[in-house]
Amino acid sequence: MITLLTILFDGIAYGMLLFVLACGLAVTLGLMNFVNLAHGAFAMAGGYVCAVLVNTYGFPFTAGLPIAFVVSAAIGFLMERLLYRHVYRRSHLDQVLFTVGLVFMAVAGVDYVMGSSQTFIRLPDSLQGRFDLFGVGIGRYRLMIIVICGLLTLALQLILSRTRFGSRLRAAVDDPQVASGLGINVPWVFALTFAFGSGLAGLGGALGAEILGLDPSFPLKFMIYFLIVVTVGGASSITGPFLASLLLGVADVAGKYYVPKLGAFVIYTLMIVILIWRPNGLFGRTAQR
Amino acid sequence: MTPLNPTTGIDAELRRLSRWRAGEIAFWLLAASAIVLVSNRYLILTEIAWLGLFALSLDLILGYAGIISLGQAAFFGVGAYAAGLLAKHGLINEPVLALLAAGLAAMLLGFATSFLVIRGGDLSRLMVTLGIALVLRELANRFSDITGGFDGLQGITIQPLLGRFEFDLYGKVGFIYSLAVLFILFLAARRIVHSPFGLSLRAIRNNPLRAAALGIPVNRRLVMIYTIAAFYAGIAGALFTQTTALASLDVFSFERSADLLVMLVIGGVGYLYGGLIGALIFKLLQDRIATLTPQYWQFWIGLILVVIVLIGRDRMHRWAVAVRTGLGRPFEKRTASPAVGASE
Repeated sequence: MITLLTILFDGIAYGMLLFVLACGLAVTLGLMNFVNLAHGAFAMAGGYVCAVLVNTYGFPFTAGLPIAFVVSAAIGFLMERLLYRHVYRRSHLDQVLFTVGLVFMAVAGVDYVMGSSQTFIRLPDSLQGRFDLFGVGIGRYRLMIIVICGLLTLALQLILSRTRFGSRLRAAVDDPQVASGLGINVPWVFALTFAFGSGLAGLGGALGAEILGLDPSFPLKFMIYFLIVVTVGGASSITGPFLASLLLGVADVAGKYYVPKLGAFVIYTLMIVILIWRPNGLFGRTAQR
Repeated sequence: MTPLNPTTGIDAELRRLSRWRAGEIAFWLLAASAIVLVSNRYLILTEIAWLGLFALSLDLILGYAGIISLGQAAFFGVGAYAAGLLAKHGLINEPVLALLAAGLAAMLLGFATSFLVIRGGDLSRLMVTLGIALVLRELANRFSDITGGFDGLQGITIQPLLGRFEFDLYGKVGFIYSLAVLFILFLAARRIVHSPFGLSLRAIRNNPLRAAALGIPVNRRLVMIYTIAAFYAGIAGALFTQTTALASLDVFSFERSADLLVMLVIGGVGYLYGGLIGALIFKLLQDRIATLTPQYWQFWIGLILVVIVLIGRDRMHRWAVAVRTGLGRPFEKRTASPAVGASE
């Protein structure tokens, strides 16, 4: 029972992390229907920025996180303006080729600069270890992840549903033509959204370096996880991807604990079954365009 | 073929499309002459041959039926492991028979999974094909007592070809064998795509709804071509194992499927030779770049991909028309719609 709760706790932390990593993709892939396989590269960028700042320049970890966000967002913004926007209207095959190309470049480039071995971010002592809460082992670091990611999720939900920018984004996604007719600067909205999503991915990469590991192959290793979150979660709201992330996180941690030999087999099979059963995702309602 | 009565017009058109052209004959003569002319590079030539066959399998589904796949390595891997296991345990000692058996194993898997793949749009096809390859990789890892896990299959010895020709150290026999298999399967693919069946596939690719309205059984056709392509990929995998005596987990890797897409796109999608030319260019590039910066070769291939997409594949194809006119004249007429139209 106690282990069960610990697994649940770790799984939720993992799932929340996945959500922060993947929610930018939920917008580009889920809403804008752009297949961005390079999403993990932005997360990796954030992770390495944080690692270099903390390990080499002695920044405190808490300062490294926002800088990771800002740097990844800036990279995302530049990439969107320079490259991505030319590919939005292309075929899915072109989008796949383009983003796979970017992933390859990112993987080899980071390998060249940082070396191929695992990178760890030095954590402050206050975040290490675990404490007992009613007998359940609670890792401090994971608790922090849950708190940060939970707050981010709430903020995201509020931004999307309550703010002017949120309604502009929803309008731009629903019908770009009408939206621009109403005076919404659609390319600009997309660019900002893309930058914000990349920034969140970067933050997730920095936060997750401890749990997911950080090495140059990160974008390839976790690509399928991000895709699962978005396709299984569906694209109608951010609640879908959020629930899908939690499900994936808990299933993955539980799977690795109870049937370690099967590895990720369970996850992949589940994904295929869900995609066959509900092609628009578990929580999706809109038809796939 | 369905009730469609082939009028003489279609017949003549099909025959015109399937005529051999001077460029094609020159291509194969050149390939055959490599046996004598490039005798010091048999190993890389062999690799180009099975890569070309592998790319051909993707071209069949992507170029002709418009099925986008990130998991063609699944069938390659099944073919590779099947050939490896057959040889290792001495179940089928004769390589050609083992090759066929391995191809059939992959084909069976292709048939079984085709029903999953043809459902849904591009995105779920991407995910499902990718997922199938990953599941197989996990399975191969899980049953490491059979597959050897991360170390791969150990101790594969391939018996002499047809009981006669020993696979030599320089890879001459291996190359001639691979080239022959490639040629035979290429002929079959050529026959397939120039048949009414192939024509119906192109109709499906360009507009599935209209194809269905014309009475083409869309799903059945897609299942058929997907199964055939799986057979091709399985044979490519088996050739890989037979000529290198290797089979390890990376046969299922995502990079393999991605590289395959790269090759096909470099060579051009939808005219059969694209995969072969792409494999040749890809391998030669890799060979050249890898000697300069062995570890970072992926960077350059990524750059090539990004540049290709930004320039635009259809535009590049127009530039390549010079090459094309030799290899397949009807192209200028055809590409305008398929290469662009297929994607929309």
